[in-house]
Parts: sequence; structure tokens; C-alpha cells
Amino acid sequence: MAQAPGNRPLSPHLQIWRWGPAMLVSILHRVTGNGLAFAGIGLLLWWIGALAGGPASYQSFLDWVWLGTGGGLQVLTALLGKIVLVGLTWAFFQHLATGVRHLVLDIGAGYELDTNARWSSFTLLFSVAATAFFWAFVLLR
Amino acid sequence: MGNGTSIGRVRGLGSSHQGTHHWLLSRLTAVGNLVLIPWLLVSLALLPDHTFATVHSWAAKPVASTALVLILINTIYHARLGIQVMLEDYIHDEGGKVAVWLFINIVPFAAAAFGIVSVIRIALGGA
Repeated sequence: MAQAPGNRPLSPHLQIWRWGPAMLVSILHRVTGNGLAFAGIGLLLWWIGALAGGPASYQSFLDWVWLGTGGGLQVLTALLGKIVLVGLTWAFFQHLATGVRHLVLDIGAGYELDTNARWSSFTLLFSVAATAFFWAFVLLR
Repeated sequence: MGNGTSIGRVRGLGSSHQGTHHWLLSRLTAVGNLVLIPWLLVSLALLPDHTFATVHSWAAKPVASTALVLILINTIYHARLGIQVMLEDYIHDEGGKVAVWLFINIVPFAAAAFGIVSVIRIALGGA
């Protein structure tokens, strides 16, 4: 690499900028999308494959991911499974909200700084609220 | 697309010469997921319990089986497009690009095939 002649302006990287909601939801869209793609579709295939395999394989799926009835390592993976499933529902709602934000931006709307920041923040509130509502409904009804 | 001036020949096309097809399919499958995944979440949440018998008989119903197959096609295709964009942003060496090309052209199709065969088995009363 050629040595830059002194005092040239350098391109600032992530840690230089003051973080705003638009930057945060932009990278969250990518992170949640890839999390859903690998962990989410992985679990979806495990679940549907276990369901197709019959009662024993479905029970094994439940034991490893949620119940932990087998004891030992399953207690750990069942705890991890709950964290991952709640995390995936949050990731889904976040990706859904930022995805809709992208559809709105695609038509050329919502680029004003305050509008952009407001709707970016709203996606964060929405994903947390929707995740809380979904799990409250599943666990408390 | 025009065929006269140079701007007319490239308008709407990127360096891949496929233009907006990838982008458009990403949006199309996004809208599909916007309908299909809330349907899955609501359906699962409304089941009386999640024992094998309950979940299996629910998944075997024609509407549920159809939606599950559509979910497997739609989410996996959407994921493939998104993962491709992510990897294209971060993988720059030639060997890595070949690995990415192999990955995104093999794994999603194998995954979808496994999932769809599973749903068909449930729907047609195997196991």
C-alpha cells in the first residue's frame, strides 16, 4: 500500500458517526434477516421434519428445543431453545417492520430526517411490543 | 428498453445485466412472507395444545399443508436472495465467491425439497 501523503482526510468508519435510529434499524434488518434465515429456517425444517417422522421424532424435537425432559444436556438445550424461539419471534417482527419501512422507502417516501428517525424508532417499539404480546398470548391464555 | 443510444441500452440494468429482477423478487417474496408468517404464528398460537396428534392433524389439513409448502418455497427463496446480498457485501476473494455461488445454489433447494417432502408426507398420511 502506498503511503498517503500526510494530513489527508480519512474516511470515517462506524465508530466515528453518532448513532441514530435509522443506522440501527438498517443493520438490524440485515442481522435479523440472516438470523431468521439460518436459525429460523433451520428450526422450521427440524420441526416439520420431526412432525413428518412420527410421534417419537416429534417428541424428541420438543424435548431438545422446549421441554428438556430427557435431563442432562437437554435441560441446557431446552433453555437455549426458549431463548432462541423468543429471539426469533422478535427478529421476525423487527424484520417485518423494517421490511415494511423499506417498502415505503422504495416508493420514495419517508426520507425527511425527522420522519425517517421517527419511523425507525417505531419499528423497534413495534417488534418488542409484538413479541411480548405474542408470547403473553401463547403462555398465558 | 431502447436500442439506440448507449444510455437507452443500459437503463434499468446493473453490472449483472439482469437489472432489477433480484430486487423485485426480494420484494415479491417479502409481501408473501408478510401474509404467510403471521398466518403460521396465529395458527400455532390458536391450537388447543402442541401435542403430536393435534399439530399433525392440523398440518395435514389441505389449507395448512398448502400454506406450509408455500412458506417453505417463499421464505427459503427470500432467505436465499438476502443471504446472497449479505455474502456479496462481505466476501471479496475469488475462492470465496465460488463457495458462495455453490452455497446459494445448492443449500436452499435441498432445504426446500426436504421441507416440502415432509409436508407431503404429513398431508398424505405417512408415518
